[in-house]
Amino acid sequence: MNEATTPRPLVDRLLAAHGWLVYLFFYAPIIVLTVFSFNDNSRVGVWTEPSLRWYRAMIQNDDVMRAIRNTLIVAAVSTVVSVVLGTAAAISMERYRFRGQRTLDGLLYLPIIIPDVTMAVMMLLFFTQAFGFLEGLTGIRLSLGLGSISLAHIAFNISFVAVVVRARLAGMDPHLTEAAADLYASPWQTFRKVTLPLIMPGVAGGALLALTLSLDDVVVTSFVTGPGSTTLPVYVFGLVRREVSPLINAVSTAMLVASILLVAVSLGFQRRSAPVATTSETDEGDTDGPTAPMAGRVSRVGADAGGV
Amino acid sequence: MSGAAVELAGVTKRFGEVTAVDAIDLTIGHGEFFSLLGPSGCGKTTTLRMIAGFEHPTEGSLRINGEEMGLLPPNRRPVNTVFQSYALFPHMTVYDNVAFGLQMRKLGSNEVAQRVERVLDQVQLRQRADARPSQLSGGQRQRVALARALVNEPEVLLLDEPLGALDLKLRQSMQVELKDLQERVGITFIYVTHDQEEALTMSDRIGVMDAGNLLQVGTPEEIYERPTSRFVASFIGDINFIDAVAAGGSVRLASGVELPISTDQPDGSEVTLALRPERLELFDLDEPIPDGHIRLNGKVSRRMYYGDSYFYDVDVGLPEPLEAREENRPDVEVYEVGEEAIVAWDPAATNVVTD
Amino acid sequence: MVMADLEARAERAASRRGFLIGLPAYVYLILFFAIPLLIVAVYSFATRTSTGATALSDWNLDAWARVFSAAPARVFVRSFLLAAATTVLCLVFSYPFAYWIATRSPKVRSLLLVLVMIPFWSNFLVRTYAMKFLLGSEGPLSIISQLLGGEPVRLLFTVWAVLIGLVYGYMPFMILPLYAALERMDWSLVEAARDLYAGGWDAFRKVTLPLSMPGVVAGSVLVFIPALGAYVVPAILGGGSPPYLGDYIVLQFLTARNWPFGSALSVSVMLIMLIATIFYFRRGGRTL
Repeated sequence: MNEATTPRPLVDRLLAAHGWLVYLFFYAPIIVLTVFSFNDNSRVGVWTEPSLRWYRAMIQNDDVMRAIRNTLIVAAVSTVVSVVLGTAAAISMERYRFRGQRTLDGLLYLPIIIPDVTMAVMMLLFFTQAFGFLEGLTGIRLSLGLGSISLAHIAFNISFVAVVVRARLAGMDPHLTEAAADLYASPWQTFRKVTLPLIMPGVAGGALLALTLSLDDVVVTSFVTGPGSTTLPVYVFGLVRREVSPLINAVSTAMLVASILLVAVSLGFQRRSAPVATTSETDEGDTDGPTAPMAGRVSRVGADAGGV
Repeated sequence: MSGAAVELAGVTKRFGEVTAVDAIDLTIGHGEFFSLLGPSGCGKTTTLRMIAGFEHPTEGSLRINGEEMGLLPPNRRPVNTVFQSYALFPHMTVYDNVAFGLQMRKLGSNEVAQRVERVLDQVQLRQRADARPSQLSGGQRQRVALARALVNEPEVLLLDEPLGALDLKLRQSMQVELKDLQERVGITFIYVTHDQEEALTMSDRIGVMDAGNLLQVGTPEEIYERPTSRFVASFIGDINFIDAVAAGGSVRLASGVELPISTDQPDGSEVTLALRPERLELFDLDEPIPDGHIRLNGKVSRRMYYGDSYFYDVDVGLPEPLEAREENRPDVEVYEVGEEAIVAWDPAATNVVTD
Repeated sequence: MVMADLEARAERAASRRGFLIGLPAYVYLILFFAIPLLIVAVYSFATRTSTGATALSDWNLDAWARVFSAAPARVFVRSFLLAAATTVLCLVFSYPFAYWIATRSPKVRSLLLVLVMIPFWSNFLVRTYAMKFLLGSEGPLSIISQLLGGEPVRLLFTVWAVLIGLVYGYMPFMILPLYAALERMDWSLVEAARDLYAGGWDAFRKVTLPLSMPGVVAGSVLVFIPALGAYVVPAILGGGSPPYLGDYIVLQFLTARNWPFGSALSVSVMLIMLIATIFYFRRGGRTL
C-alpha cells in the first residue's frame, strides 16, 4: 500500500481510535469476568481480595465435574465420528460425480443453515418417535442421555467438517493424484500418501470446528439430554438464566481459557504445517492459517443462531 | 518388444456432446521423439491423457507395446507423465518425490537409493535432494518432474507442455537438454506443445492437431516445407496465402496472371497457394532473376526491421500484399517503401494446400 | 463398439466408488437429519390433546393457522426488527473496523486479525454471560457509575441489553467477510481512481464501496440469520420476556407443551433461513 491508497492522517487516526474501541468492546466483558472470578467476596460486584476460592468450589462441585466429564465424552465421540464421516463425504462430493449428487449435496449443507432451535426440535421429536418405535419392536426401553446427545452433535458436525475439508480439497492441484497414479500408486496408496497429508490442515481445521461446536452447544443438547447426562454448557446456561454468581464466574473463566487454549494449540499446529501447505505453487488460494476453519464457522451461522 | 511403442486406431473421445478427439490413427515407434502440436483445445492433451490412462477413449483401440490398454488404470501402465504444472508433491522432499514411483513398485531400498541418486545426478540436482519443491526455481522443479518420471525407466514418457511455465532463455536451454537426454536414454518421448519452434527443434516427427483431428504427421521438415492444409501452413511459421484457380497445368491468380504451377485439382477449381516469406526474393526491375523462377512485379508498401532480417510487404496487384523476408547481410540490397521491385521464387517452393 | 462400453463401465465404476465413499455420511444424515426434519413437518399437522400430549391422528391445520395469528405475528415482527437492528449496528461498526485492518501492513494485519479471532472462537455462552455480568445492576459498570455518584446501570432484561448482546456476539461474522472483501481488493483500482481526478472520498464511494459489496451482503446475511433465531442471548440478557422467535419455540416444547404449534413455528423459521441463504448464495456468497 502506498500514499495514494492509505487514508489521510486525520481519517487514519479516527479509524484507529474506532478500531481500538471495538477491541475494548470485545475484550472488556471477558477481562472483567476473568478478574472477578478471582474475587474472594460472595457478592459478585464487591471486590475484596484475590483468591482461588471459587475455583476450589468448582472442583469440589460434583455436578460441575460430572458435567465436564459428560461434555468431554460427547465432544470426543462426536468429533472423531464426524471427522471420519465428514472427510469421506467431502472427498465423495469434491472428487467424484454420481447420480443424485446434487440432492445429497443439499442434504449435506442443510444442517449448517438450519437454526439451532429447529435442529433441537427435530432431534427431540426424532428420539421420542424412535425410542417408542424401538420399544414396540424389541421391548427395549431407551432413554435420552449421552448417546442421544452424541448422535445429535454428529448430525450437525459432519456438515461442518465436510465444508472445511472441501475447501481444502478444492484448493488442491487435481494433477497431484493423477501424478501419484501415474507413479504406480493404487487408489488407496494415493489417498494415504498424497491426498490425506495434503488435506490434513483442512481435516484438523474441521476437527477443531467440530470440537468447538460440540463444546459450545446449548440448545440442541438441552433438548436431548437426560437425567445425569447434562453437559457443562447446559448446566451453566441453566444457572446463568437465573443469576450471576462467583461460582459461575469461575466456571465461565475456565471454559473461556479452555477454548482459547484450543485455538492457540491449533494455531501453533497450523503455523507448523504452513510451509508444507504453501509449498505447491498450484495450491494458492487455499484456506490455511488461522482463518482456515473460518469459512466453515462463518457459514455455520445459521445454526450458531442461538447456539453456543 | 513387439509392435510399435504406441498405437492409436480410430481413437475418439467425447465429453458429452463435445468431441475432443476425433478418430485418430497414429503409430509411434520405439525411441522416437514425437510431438503433438496444436492450439489449446485441439485435443492434444486429451490424447496424451488417454495414453497415460487418466481418460478412457469413447471409441477405438489404444495399444502400448502391442498390448491393448483397455481400462488398465494409470498405475499399471508402462508409461510416465511429466505434467504441465509438474504436480510435484509439495509435502515431500525432492528425493521422496523421485523415489515415489519406485517405492510404490516395492523395490528394495538399496536399489531405490541407487536409482534415485543416479537420476538426480543426471539432472544435476543431487545437492537439492532434501529440498522441498517450494524451495526450488522453476527450472529445477521442471528437472525434478523429469527425474521423477525417468527414474522408473518407462517404455514411453509423456510430456505435457513441460517447458510452458519457464521463461524464454531457460526454455531454449531446456529444449537442448531434453533432446540430448532423450537421445541418451533412448526412451520414446511423446511431447505435447503449442509452441511450433519447440516442436520443430526437438522432434523426430510431429503430428499437428486441430479441433480433435490429426491433420498431418511428418518430420519437422515435411511439416514446415510441405504443409498439406491451410491450418498446418499457418500454424507453423509465417506464410503467404494466394487464392488461385487451376487452369490446365498452371494456375491463374485474381490479377489474371498465370503461374506455371501444376496441381492435381480439376481445371477451374479454386486452390490456395502457400508460400514461405523466406522463399521469396526481391530483385530490382532490371536485374536478371534465376532460371525457372516465377516472377511478379510489384511495389514495396511496408518495411519492418527485425535485426537479423527485413520483412517487406510487396503489393503485386492481388487483394493481399505478399510478405517477403530478406536476410540482413551486406550483399543483400535493402528496398525503400514505394520502390518498385520483382518478387521471385522457385515454383518448387509453392505448396498447394486444402482448406 | 466394445471400447465405448468400456468407457461407460469405467465411468460407472468411478461413480459407484465416489458414492460408496460418502455413503456412511449420507446414510447418517438421512437417518439423523432428513427423517427428523420430516417428523417435525408431520408433527405440525398433528393434534394437541387436552393433557398436552400430541396425538398423531386427526390431522389438521390448526397449528399452521395459529402461526399466522396475531400473537406469533408480533413475535415474528419483534424478532425481525431486532435482527435488522443488530445487522445495521454490526455493519456500521464493522465497516470502518475492517477497512482499518485491511489497510495496515501485512504483519500488523495478521496480529489484529488474531485479536478478532480470539473472541470469535471463545465460548459464545460464556461471552454472553460476561456481558450479563458487566451490565448487571450489581456489576462492575454499575459500581463504577455509583462511585461516580450516578445511578446503578439498569440495562439488564431490556431490549437494549439483548441488542448489545447480539451485536457483541455476532459482530465477528460481519467483520470477517468485510475484511476478506477489502483485503482481496485490488488497491491499484483506487490508485487508478485517484489518477483519474477522484478525491479520497469519491474514490472510496465510487470504487472501494462497490467492490466491497459482496462482503457487505455476506456479512449482513451471516448476522441477520442467526440473530433472527437467537435463543441464548435473549434468554440470558432479556430474561425471556417479551419472547423472541427462539425462546417462543422453546416455550412451546418445554413449557406450553404444544408440540404441533412448536413444530409449525420451527418449520417456518427454517424456511425463512433457507430463503435468506439462497439469496446469499445467489449474490455470490460462496466466494467467501
